[in-house]
Amino acid sequence: MATMRVNEISRDDLDWQINYSSDRCTMCGSCVAACPFEAIEAGMEKRRKVVSDYLTPEPKVEFKAVPVIKQKVDVYKFCRGCGVCERVCPNTAIKPVRNEDSRFTIKYRGTLADPYKRGGRANLSTGVRTLDKIRVGRISQMTDPSLDASRHTFDMLAPFGRVLPAEELPFMLENGRLKIDSGALPPMNWIYPVIIGDMSIGALSWRMWEAMAIATAYLNEECGLPVRMCSGEGGVPIRLLKSRFLKYTILQIASGHFGWNRIINSMPYMQELPGGILIKIGQGAKPGDGGLLQAKKVASHIQEIRGVPKTDLLSPPNHQGLYSIEESVQKMFLTFNSAFKFKVPVAIKVAASSTSVSVYNNLLRDPYNIVGGFFLDGILGGTGAANEVSLDHTGHPIVSKLRDCYLAATHQGKQSQIPLWGAGGLGQTGNLAADAFKMIALGANGVFTGKLMLQLAGCVGNDHGKCNACNTGLCPVGITTQNPTLVKRLDIDKVAENIVNYFLSVDSELKKLLAPIGNSSLPVGRSDCLISEDKAVADRLQIQYAC
Amino acid sequence: MCRIGAIKSTDYFHPSKALLLMRSQQKGHDNSGFAMIMQDLGGRFADYKDLPVLSMACTDKGMAIAEDILHKEGFVRVMQWSPEINFRDELDIQPMPNYVFQVFQYPRSFKYAPQEEKEELLVDMRLKLRKILEEKDDGYVYSFWPDVITLKEIGDPTDIGTYFGLWHEDRDFMAKVITAQCRQNTNYDIVRYAAHPFFLQGYTALANGENTFYEKNKNFQKGLYKGYIGFESDSQCFLYTLHYIHKILKWPLEYYKHTITPLPFDEMAKRDDGQALNYMRSSLSNLEINGPNTIIGVLPDGTLFNTCDAKKLRPTVIGKHNGTVVITSEVSGINEVLPDRNWEEDIYTNERETVVITNNLEVQRWQQ
Repeated sequence: MATMRVNEISRDDLDWQINYSSDRCTMCGSCVAACPFEAIEAGMEKRRKVVSDYLTPEPKVEFKAVPVIKQKVDVYKFCRGCGVCERVCPNTAIKPVRNEDSRFTIKYRGTLADPYKRGGRANLSTGVRTLDKIRVGRISQMTDPSLDASRHTFDMLAPFGRVLPAEELPFMLENGRLKIDSGALPPMNWIYPVIIGDMSIGALSWRMWEAMAIATAYLNEECGLPVRMCSGEGGVPIRLLKSRFLKYTILQIASGHFGWNRIINSMPYMQELPGGILIKIGQGAKPGDGGLLQAKKVASHIQEIRGVPKTDLLSPPNHQGLYSIEESVQKMFLTFNSAFKFKVPVAIKVAASSTSVSVYNNLLRDPYNIVGGFFLDGILGGTGAANEVSLDHTGHPIVSKLRDCYLAATHQGKQSQIPLWGAGGLGQTGNLAADAFKMIALGANGVFTGKLMLQLAGCVGNDHGKCNACNTGLCPVGITTQNPTLVKRLDIDKVAENIVNYFLSVDSELKKLLAPIGNSSLPVGRSDCLISEDKAVADRLQIQYAC
Repeated sequence: MCRIGAIKSTDYFHPSKALLLMRSQQKGHDNSGFAMIMQDLGGRFADYKDLPVLSMACTDKGMAIAEDILHKEGFVRVMQWSPEINFRDELDIQPMPNYVFQVFQYPRSFKYAPQEEKEELLVDMRLKLRKILEEKDDGYVYSFWPDVITLKEIGDPTDIGTYFGLWHEDRDFMAKVITAQCRQNTNYDIVRYAAHPFFLQGYTALANGENTFYEKNKNFQKGLYKGYIGFESDSQCFLYTLHYIHKILKWPLEYYKHTITPLPFDEMAKRDDGQALNYMRSSLSNLEINGPNTIIGVLPDGTLFNTCDAKKLRPTVIGKHNGTVVITSEVSGINEVLPDRNWEEDIYTNERETVVITNNLEVQRWQQ
């Protein structure tokens, strides 16, 4: 009788169990070759079989060693449930099955004394998303005719950059026409109200990043949608920095300053100014955790673009040397504004927090008029790598905080002066246009989206613990890995095409929502068009309760 | 649906003309009220052009309260007139006990005050009176401004005309610009303050339609100027935007249209003031309208104009004959008032247009 080792990890402890059918398996080996986590391997199993090979029954027992596919039971090499084995199996002989009784993260911590890390977004669901409890409930009819979404023209652009109160616009009259009196206006660009959110080269494979950049350029140049993409904090390819497409890119700086050596060195050669600068202070998915790129993803090209050795790359959760908002405004904003000769809008991104309104108020009152946007990122945003404790147990939902910030600005008559951009789980249920529209009606000037782009690229993960292996550098579909073999799985033209197509449908769907409320421009702060059937949500967001 | 109208003439005319203009459009409104503003006054008010006129509907107590407050501030009443009331039971009207139009001399301390200070004083006084009278429903202060008279009442417009004797021409009660509207605000509560036209510091606006950006407009305007209050009607926003653009920002009237219905970005870029328009759009996005609206406005100098939203276009028509120009919702109104005009010259304001009538009745069509 075998010894039972109670304290060792067992198959029953794992999140995912391989369901393998040896009678369907031809031992082609595709699944073992495809599994990037080495969670399965070929092995031999002893089988007892009763056979009879005479005309009359003469049963006899045979023992055979048969080749099989076996699941590894290990805290390092374990099945993530990505399902790649199932995808490549020609005979549907293998698939991962969720183990409801998993104790894996307990065993993991108990064995390794290490915080469990993963990618993805918060898996700890707290119920129906707030945005799904809100509907567009004001339907124009009779006195206010609806617009025709396919016939009317719509102006769906959002300001990126500091907006001055009208009294401060340096206008002068010349032959009865208003002209700008001096060049001292803060830079401001009108852009599409959905920004492709900041995911770095490093967190993403260079090919995935490239696919997003291609999609962005295509959307701008061929589709007429001025969509901007934020680089994330991980550098930008020099070829892009020196190209005319730079104008579609918002460069990000975070506390690690990764990649900025190259950006600064490229400045004399830039043909176009970047679309903006985004200073990342915090991230909604893992506030307080800081940026994290584990050494296994720091391949040679990542070392080169970021100017770093192969090591865990941590962007601290705060910017060293900044001790107050005033200082942040003076140091960082002035530095970046002056670096680009006050011609590029500089915005800030923070994680949504109980304190967001105070921060926003401080920025609104900044006397230099140089804060060009307030990007607020909620808890349901995604990340390439984080401690699970941060992902699941820290953070603040975006909807009420975005609303609070808008109402705080409105209270002071300063709404829209620092454009509000919201994110964090938008498009999680598949419809970004609906989420964006609701956020805008609650007061956002626009939204930004990240994880959804990965899903368009073929990410197989979800918010119920499936895959979530972005941190491992072993992304089975080539999105968040630097392994050349895995990256080859990604068809970047197809990814770019999917992203472009998705944006085109978002554009149509936004119009489909604008039409019934009878608006042809973005309904920023038009919360009167929203209703909620949840009294608590309606009260909290100050929208109409309906039942 | 309401119907709006404006008459501007080189000669003084009686408000019966405005009633006539509106009555023929009766089928287009719900007969729930009548309101008008007379500017550039003739008749018995002609000699007091520089002195503020208080237009008020009130109880006896309200009248006493208002008098006390104004006297305390140093205002001296120099003239008072009330329309003769013709009360009959069958009239559909919900009248207040008193309607007074009182002309005041400015306080002595303001004798040498600059014009702007006097203008602020008048707003302060009107707001103060309004607030105090509102507390116990003792009265409604519609305007307190030189050369301007406002009358608003709830009921059937024809009956309101009969009640105030407005159907009979009277050379003592005339003006060169009269704006009028025949409907109480039925979108929100029926209160006297909700009836167009709205007036602030020489600016008048009245509108037809529904302001779908009401909430945005209102939230933004509340903090811009002390006189931007009330918001009993979503159309008040049009007046406040007009006042803000023209009086506070001192931009030419042309930019009112650019503020409420900005040009598409590509068209903006083609203009020589395109850069200014670009910044204007970002700074004043909260004052945009999305229609359906048509707006008639009057500037302090008597200029009359009309403009519409850029998509849904509530109609207006502008007709001219001899010394009179009429802007109104339906052509039937103009046919009534200016039957002999050449109707082929009527103007139907388009979505990118501001039609401006100057004081010498020149009709200008400004394309955005």
